[in-house]
Amino acid sequence: MNGERREHYLNVNYGVRSWLLTTDHKRIAWLYLVSITFFFFVGGFFATMIRLELLTPQGDLVQSETYNKLFTMHGVTMVFFFLIPAIPAVLGNFLIPMMIGARDLAFPRLNLASWYIFIVGGLFTLAASAAGGVDTGWTFYTPYSSIYSNTHVALTVVGIFVTGFSSILTGLNFIVTIHKMRAPGLTWFRLPLFVWSHYATSVIFILGTPVLAITLVLVGLERIFGLGIFDPARGGDPVLFQHLFWFYSHPAVYIMILPAMGVVSELIAGFSRKRIFGYTFVAFASLAIAVIGFLVWGHHMFVSGQSVHAGLVFSLLSFLVAIPSAIKVFNWTATLYKGSISYDAPMLYGLGFIGVFTIGGLTGLFLATLGFDVHVHDTYFVVAHFHYIMVGGSVMAYLGGIHYWWPKMTGRIYPEIWARLAALIVFLGFNLTFFPQFVLGYLGMPRRYHIYPPEFQVLNVMSSAGASILAVGYVLPLVYLIWSLRYGAVAGKNPWGARGLEWETGSPPPTNNFDTTPRVTAGAYAYEKEPGEVYSFGKTAHV
Amino acid sequence: MFQNLPLFPEQASTMAPRVDALLYFLTAVSIFFASLIFIFIVVFAVKYRRRSDAEKAPQIEGSIPLEIFWSVVPLGITMVMFIWGALVYFDMSSPPAGALEINLVGRQWMWKAQHAEGQSEINELHVPAGLPVRLTMTSEDVIHSYFVPAFRIKMDVLPARYTTIWFHPTKAGEYRLFCAEYCGTLHSGMIGRVVVMEPADYQRWLGEGATGTSMAEAGAELFRRLGCGVCHRASDTGQGPALAGLFGKSVKLEGGGSALADEGYIRESILEPHAKVVAGFPPVMPTFKGLVSEDGILQIIAYLKSLRKEERARAER
Ligand code: HEM
Ligand SMILES: [Cu+2]
Repeated sequence: MNGERREHYLNVNYGVRSWLLTTDHKRIAWLYLVSITFFFFVGGFFATMIRLELLTPQGDLVQSETYNKLFTMHGVTMVFFFLIPAIPAVLGNFLIPMMIGARDLAFPRLNLASWYIFIVGGLFTLAASAAGGVDTGWTFYTPYSSIYSNTHVALTVVGIFVTGFSSILTGLNFIVTIHKMRAPGLTWFRLPLFVWSHYATSVIFILGTPVLAITLVLVGLERIFGLGIFDPARGGDPVLFQHLFWFYSHPAVYIMILPAMGVVSELIAGFSRKRIFGYTFVAFASLAIAVIGFLVWGHHMFVSGQSVHAGLVFSLLSFLVAIPSAIKVFNWTATLYKGSISYDAPMLYGLGFIGVFTIGGLTGLFLATLGFDVHVHDTYFVVAHFHYIMVGGSVMAYLGGIHYWWPKMTGRIYPEIWARLAALIVFLGFNLTFFPQFVLGYLGMPRRYHIYPPEFQVLNVMSSAGASILAVGYVLPLVYLIWSLRYGAVAGKNPWGARGLEWETGSPPPTNNFDTTPRVTAGAYAYEKEPGEVYSFGKTAHV
Repeated sequence: MFQNLPLFPEQASTMAPRVDALLYFLTAVSIFFASLIFIFIVVFAVKYRRRSDAEKAPQIEGSIPLEIFWSVVPLGITMVMFIWGALVYFDMSSPPAGALEINLVGRQWMWKAQHAEGQSEINELHVPAGLPVRLTMTSEDVIHSYFVPAFRIKMDVLPARYTTIWFHPTKAGEYRLFCAEYCGTLHSGMIGRVVVMEPADYQRWLGEGATGTSMAEAGAELFRRLGCGVCHRASDTGQGPALAGLFGKSVKLEGGGSALADEGYIRESILEPHAKVVAGFPPVMPTFKGLVSEDGILQIIAYLKSLRKEERARAER
């Protein structure tokens, strides 16, 4: 490689046009990376405002109406424009074709279209924020959203509706790609677990998203044309909305966590140089979560007036869905046994993930316990629980994944010391922010409260202090990763000594990923073998 | 110094210790499993740290007995949680007979309670200690949720539907009442207090606020004013069925099937009379939508309930 300029996907051509019209999955991953990073910091800004307001029990920073818009836009942005696309659209897009030895996704133009759809949806929602915002909460419960709210519900709903198509198309693309484009010899049970988890996620994308889309259309129609679907005054049923909404949105939380589990499987294997313990159990656990996840939506409705019997069924099923998650945690832990473990920054995120996911998952059991949930439902206990899963779990895995594959994406290595420091700050800041909220919730502080009784203040101040530490942890990577683009050390094709087809091509990879089609002769994570024994590339193998 | 840092909510109902017992159990199980995992991770992380870059790790495929073990054990433990939680939930959903009945209407942004004796109060609820209380709740606009942390209870309050919640306060005192379901601009202002009083104090309080007209009397007055009695006579001789003794019974419907005459049924019959027509009567009842408020409907229900009590008393005589 010395001296001679190697052609790769980043330098084949230049200019804005070459990016905006690209059909290369790796460049599209960058389009997503840049846009969702933007949304993450927009959502983060709203979160900062919320935590600042809650420093004191009085509503002295913003008005109630503004506060309600802040938590709504925080939720909408984070859920629909950051968490749902984060890992699949950035890391999944970049890695799935490479991990299975393909040149691209099955439908490259559709992939680009998905990004444009995502952006159009995002613009609608940003427009709604700019025009004055929405105040319904990201859950849009009727009849508040369909009749009573005087804010920009319709515009926001259109944005989310449009974005949904992006998810559906990405899911479709992944499923077809994984079925049809695996390299010779790459059987289903030789796939990296990252691919399995994205397969399961894609099933949810395709089956779940249309239900959300229809539900939001109904809310929009009721607002604009006064249909009586959810309005009890016209014979509609306000609780029907909750069923439809959670039918999508509970599986949606698995959209956020399954890809994260996929990333963590790669991190644990890569940094302990071991095959994941119980590979097939972990793979099937992803599918089990995706399937059972569709049957537990009613656990969000234990106090909604649904029948006691429905409550019993949903509670039972919720406990069942916890088992595959537990299996994964046990298997990751067992993978460390007799490993050759190193503590580079991605691994710190991976181990941090297991820690916070364990707490998030265990508190999920609290919420699935009927008599207990009644007390903590819609309190800060729930806020803490889902942040442990979504922020502690998904975001930490996402950061770990970005660090792990950064050398592959950019050809550069980030400064390790800073990265470890950031991982540590994120972990500490995170726990300080959200742990007090469990206590706050049990004490009875309801969620979505702008003004609160003074006895809750100390815990709120702790939480806000933690949030400011967490913010530092999130801004640091932004800085040193951008810095590394120019000043980072040049990465080899496999800087971690990891196994996986993506590590067998250049960093950054050529536009077609591989110069010749790879052939695979062993399962994922074959650390007992040399790469040459696992993958062959014909005569003109890329060096 | 820690006045502002309570770590545990007050226990003021018979349900509170039961929910707290669940908390202790769930927390103990969680601490056990979380520590187990954390200890393993730390031990492995230290013991098996990479010593040289060329180091290889022995490969282990997995173990089916282990997988079965760590699926079955959590399954067993979660089933204990499920059953225990379900038992508590079941009792939370089953008000005991003979509970003191109070009606409650939620609206943006206040709670309005109406006692059978006729007192009504806003954002406050006075109840006697040592007696179970059952609230029949509805909303005039969006969904609210009635939440008293010291009692460990919560229930959504829905428009056009009645939900109930019950509690058995054990200790006189004042407890916070929150709205827990986001309901618009002043959601966080929709708070109030539940005042639990010694029974004698409660009687005195009832007397002080006395209006002279109980809920049932107000309902009877409405019944007369709206002209309900034109059709609903004391016996089945009118255009409509007689209503004395109706409440709580099963009613045969035109076209087969039956319905339980509870609060929801009565409300529906007043507002949507053609939704469920009683067998043997022509569907001629007009709707009273717009003519009677949520409070009014609750008063009429109270009146019909009182008729049932009279009926029973007569039958016993
Ligand atoms: C695995 C990833 C998980 C994610 C991403 C997740 C996410 C969430 C979110 C976002 C909410 C809040 C909904 C709201 O706005 O009210 C929630 C609530 C809830 N979660 Fe999870 N959760 C996960 C795992 C679990 C597990 C394993 C269980 C059960 C064993 C569980 C049980 C519940 C229950 C019962 C609620 C409803 C609580 C309530 O509203 O009172 N969750 N979760
Ligand atoms: Cu309310």
